[in-house]
Amino acid sequence: MKHGAFLRFIAPSLAAMVLFIALPIVSVLIQSMHAEHEQVLKVVENCVPFAGCTETTSIDQEAMRELREERPLGRFVGGDIYAGRNHLAFDSVGAAWAASDGIGDFLSRLMNLRFYKALAFTLTYTFVVTPFCIVIGLCVALALNTLPKLLKGPTIFLSILPMMITPLIGGLVLYWMLDSRGILGSALIYLTGDPGLSLKASPVLTWVMLIVYGVWSSIPFAFVVYYAGLQTVPEDTLESAVIDGASRWERIRYVIIPHLAPLTTFIALIQLMDNFRVLEPIVSFSAEANAISLSYAILNDLRGTETALFGSAAATSMLTIIGVAVLLSPVIWRTWRDFTSRNAH
Amino acid sequence: MASKASARSPLATAVLWGFLAIWILAAAFPFVWTLWGSFKVELDFFSLRGWQNALTGRFTEAQTGSPFTGQAYEAAWLREEFWRNALNTLIVTGSVVVISLTFGTLGGYALARSGYRYAFWILIVALIFRAMPHITLVSGYLLPFFQWGIWGSIPTTVIVLVAINQPFTLWMLHSFFLNIPKDLDESAMVDGCTRFEAFRRVIVPVMWPGVITTGLFSFLLAYNDFAVTALLLREENLTMVPKIASFLGSTQVDGEIMLAVSSVVSATVPLFLLVMVFQRQIVSGLTAGAVKG
Repeated sequence: MKHGAFLRFIAPSLAAMVLFIALPIVSVLIQSMHAEHEQVLKVVENCVPFAGCTETTSIDQEAMRELREERPLGRFVGGDIYAGRNHLAFDSVGAAWAASDGIGDFLSRLMNLRFYKALAFTLTYTFVVTPFCIVIGLCVALALNTLPKLLKGPTIFLSILPMMITPLIGGLVLYWMLDSRGILGSALIYLTGDPGLSLKASPVLTWVMLIVYGVWSSIPFAFVVYYAGLQTVPEDTLESAVIDGASRWERIRYVIIPHLAPLTTFIALIQLMDNFRVLEPIVSFSAEANAISLSYAILNDLRGTETALFGSAAATSMLTIIGVAVLLSPVIWRTWRDFTSRNAH
Repeated sequence: MASKASARSPLATAVLWGFLAIWILAAAFPFVWTLWGSFKVELDFFSLRGWQNALTGRFTEAQTGSPFTGQAYEAAWLREEFWRNALNTLIVTGSVVVISLTFGTLGGYALARSGYRYAFWILIVALIFRAMPHITLVSGYLLPFFQWGIWGSIPTTVIVLVAINQPFTLWMLHSFFLNIPKDLDESAMVDGCTRFEAFRRVIVPVMWPGVITTGLFSFLLAYNDFAVTALLLREENLTMVPKIASFLGSTQVDGEIMLAVSSVVSATVPLFLLVMVFQRQIVSGLTAGAVKG
């Protein structure tokens, strides 16, 4: 296709991506270097007859409004937000390092800092949910493949529901069952014999609950991809494995799993990207007291109680984007290597 | 695989099917339970005294005279005017699907037919864009949108969702168009069609299976979105999902949580029907990228 025609065809799509994905990243970068204006204070003298004069200090609303109109971004602070307490918090990290007596103590001190708390949860969630959903998804696919044909359709339908459902809704549906007044919550109280047991009571239980949701909602994706892959396993290879005396387990281990390996890379890539942005379950489970993710920290800043903290949200966003880049770097590196080696020949 | 290779012992079969049964229960039971509970009053569905109340509907019967009640639905749809949010969802998702597919088919076709290196790089950049958490982009939109006075309206949200959806749409339609033989449109061009005429007369009539599959995923993205719609829409323009989230904030009041339960069920029904009707396309769409690439 000629350059001109190509450009005309791709223009709408490219324009949408540049305007609403590429430029916002630039906008985030700029915003992350600006903080909210400092409050303009004014001193008003109040004189009451016979009682004398008192001075009161208040925020000069009019001056603030003018300042905001003049410079909507706020004041330029460079990298201060990044270094500040709500983000990388270099001072506090240094202080924690100096005061702590061992790596465990240092890490638990770090968990008091918002950014590290969010990062710790996001990474744990991503790297626990992804392998679990791959392993269980593979098992479901292997089991489903043995069903009689008639049962396969309905089983697939029920199996993919957790993925198709709105994440916020899926989270709520599980939460209402796990709540101490819900059916699973009561069952747990009954089984443990502890009437005060609540999944929201401790950070560990909250994390477990969120990870359970994560695995539940992402198994279907792994399962569907593996199931399709299973349909393409070469029958000949399987039969020769049987003739060679391979047991069922050996056939899975030496024929099926190697055949599915490229799919595993694909599932892992998609799952890492999607799990890294975890947001909705924390809203559904009202888990913010015990677990926040990077995305949740941004949402919280943007929905700030008085004014939205654009600078702070933007700085967290930039750090999140850097996180995504690190996650994707092996993939991009490999693509680049393949591409250059292909061109070298 | 109905051959010797799939022969197995009865024990192995029992274990496999038992495992599958547990998974199916885990996948489907929460929805059945919530549907059931949405016809109860709060004291039954969120019972402190024991879960049996949710089955028998003791308090529901005491309060309304029947073990099932539509109270929660009435309160959500009529009193809280949830139908407005349903209408907004319809407008937003409908527009997103149509615009995404229009942009996506043109772009995907161009990417599939261009042999130049920049087409490859556009796809790689699209993959990186696909990985951007949506909320990081939203934090970039808010301030400019406030400044330009376009925050809160439905068209703004639609175009943002279209843009966020483009990387995926491009990838999917690109790989679909690669499977349509080049000869088809090229012979039309030899016969004197321009590139666009060849696309319209030859490619458009055969592209619908791929477009429908891609459209389903565009629909799901727009319908399921929370980050963009919750932050970019004004109160009266809210779609269903952020509205449900806002019900959660008011659950301290007695019975209010049932508003959320009934609206959750209401918002789930269209998804159920969609998956039921288009199951085959969804499964093939999910695997298209993986099995081929």
